[in-house]
Amino acid sequence: MDVMRSSHILRRVGALLAAAAAAHLGRAEEAIYVGEVASLTGKEAAFGQSSHKGTLLAVEQLNAAGGVLGRQVSLHTEDNQSKQGESATIVKKLISRDKVVAVLGEVASSRSLEMAPICQHEHIPMISPSSTNPRVTQIGNYIFRVCFIDPFQGTVMADFAEHTLHVRRVAVLTSVSSAYSVGLAKYFKERFRDDGGSIVIEQKYSEGDKDFKAQLTAVKAAGVQGIFVPGYYTEAALICIQARELGMDLPIFGGDGWEAEELIQIGGSAMEGKYYSTHYSPDNQAPEVQDFVRKFRARFDGETPDAMAALGYDSAMVLADAIRRAGETNGRAIRDAIADTRDYSGVTGKTTIDPERNATKAAVIITVQNGKFKFVQTMSP
Amino acid sequence: MSEFIQQLLNGLSLGAIYALIALGYTMVYGVLRFINFAHSDVFMAGAFMGYYLAKLVPSDTMLGGLAVLGGSMIGCAILGMAIERFAYRPLRGAPTLNVLITAIGVSLLLEYTGQVFFGAAPRTFPPVFPERIFTVHGIVISSSALAVIVVAGFLMVALEIIVHRTKIGTAMRALSLNPQAAQLVGINNNIVISFTFGLGSALAAAGGILYALNYPSIDPLMGVMPGLKAFVAAVLGGIGSIPGAALGGLVLGTVETFVGGSEWSTYKDAIAFAVLILILLFRPGGLLGRSTIEKV
Repeated sequence: MDVMRSSHILRRVGALLAAAAAAHLGRAEEAIYVGEVASLTGKEAAFGQSSHKGTLLAVEQLNAAGGVLGRQVSLHTEDNQSKQGESATIVKKLISRDKVVAVLGEVASSRSLEMAPICQHEHIPMISPSSTNPRVTQIGNYIFRVCFIDPFQGTVMADFAEHTLHVRRVAVLTSVSSAYSVGLAKYFKERFRDDGGSIVIEQKYSEGDKDFKAQLTAVKAAGVQGIFVPGYYTEAALICIQARELGMDLPIFGGDGWEAEELIQIGGSAMEGKYYSTHYSPDNQAPEVQDFVRKFRARFDGETPDAMAALGYDSAMVLADAIRRAGETNGRAIRDAIADTRDYSGVTGKTTIDPERNATKAAVIITVQNGKFKFVQTMSP
Repeated sequence: MSEFIQQLLNGLSLGAIYALIALGYTMVYGVLRFINFAHSDVFMAGAFMGYYLAKLVPSDTMLGGLAVLGGSMIGCAILGMAIERFAYRPLRGAPTLNVLITAIGVSLLLEYTGQVFFGAAPRTFPPVFPERIFTVHGIVISSSALAVIVVAGFLMVALEIIVHRTKIGTAMRALSLNPQAAQLVGINNNIVISFTFGLGSALAAAGGILYALNYPSIDPLMGVMPGLKAFVAAVLGGIGSIPGAALGGLVLGTVETFVGGSEWSTYKDAIAFAVLILILLFRPGGLLGRSTIEKV
């Protein structure tokens, strides 16, 4: 009991000292409050955790360097448990009680869509790190993102197939139960046809399907040079395994839904020589990227940052850059400054916010080699 | 032509798995006249037991693979008998609806207990059997797809022999005919029912392992869809009939594969189920079932 009390008193004294130090510097009450909504638990916890670590690292670096506009940045992170309906409540709380000047989040487009109308209504700028669905930023002029959108990703893969893999006849295997997959397939097909290639056969599947041999046998009979699989990693890995079982030795490629360690765990050696597009690669030798990877590893026990972490980091940095340029922290001024972002150099490449409040930036192509993800090339818009 | 044969092979190996699960549904129904909805989750438990057992044996060997298969079948037989002992036996004699609801409860219990222990994220099932790919005249079949057909065929024959040529099989059939009369002639109903559940669950475990070998991503909800399809297969073939379950599984798997490989691949489940409705319209008892009038 005594021990507890003394430790309690110690903590009190510590807090007092900290407050005194802060008061001495004249900063404490002037901190800039920034809200963050992330899926720290639940089924998309892997995405939310990564993104949060990136954002946290950015804020810590900003504060270590003296903060923004000479003020410390105070990050208020809330967990939505990967659940539908939580994010809206959380954003309301962040804005009305915590008085945040801007909101960062979410990874999943569906949850960003829940948050966006509230931020728009309250005139609080919101930056989504990695929601790629076009509808997110269409909610209003206070909603931004720092990643590219699905139409761009579709065209990038079409160009890559056409010009790097030199395939002219491809099959498209779409998941009909995912808006992401259908969208990606649509933009891929448009661009690929415009470039003079032909989509020989189109096959469909649903999320959760395990058997793709029927579709793949039809694809094989159609005689194609490559297969585009715009889906998520579990199905993509199973498709690659079954394609190999059917003796189909041809390039298979997809989008950022493939980006997960599980792709290699499930697919094993069947994933060798397959390609996907994403936002960033830790193998990119650009100095900004290498510096980020080094600092991230130092901060989080040697963990290598993935694309979600890099985008989480960039979302906070783009916001800080905008606040700096705005010179003040009211919603309208920050919004205008974010909208004016041109060629901001982050770890996921140069970010320019276009009139639709989306980021136009380069995509990265990754392949699997000897059971490891490997950087292939950067595709500029 | 080779595409047709390839699709037929694909369909047969998918259908064999449905058939294996369908056997468990049909056997319990044949003896007890109730649908054991927890069966598809025993299937999931079988795959997970295999996942953990595979860590104990050398991978990629025939012997190790058989040990995993056998161990998981025994484990699931015990699980199945435990479910029967604790969830269904106390309800013996209660209205069928009560038992049915309990079965759904057990199913959900297994699924969400699985999520607590194994997590919701899919795991990768290790290749426990040595994997080879055979090519004949452009037609490709992998050893795991072949194993499904062979193991399923073997287990079905074994089941036929157990049910029709052994003492316990005779007792099972007697029980299904008339439980009271069976008791009168000295059959211990509890033992026979326990045995039925054990046998059915062992088949589900075999199905789970074979399924995971072909589609090596396993999660606690993996049983839901194959379980539903296998149930449909059992009804399609005539529920209560063992050859019917096998036939139903093969028909469903083949139809699904052929539709999946055509331009109507979006509707593959819809068409497979439409076939079920059509067959039941013309043969209400299923393909090989006897249509009986239930007394209400």
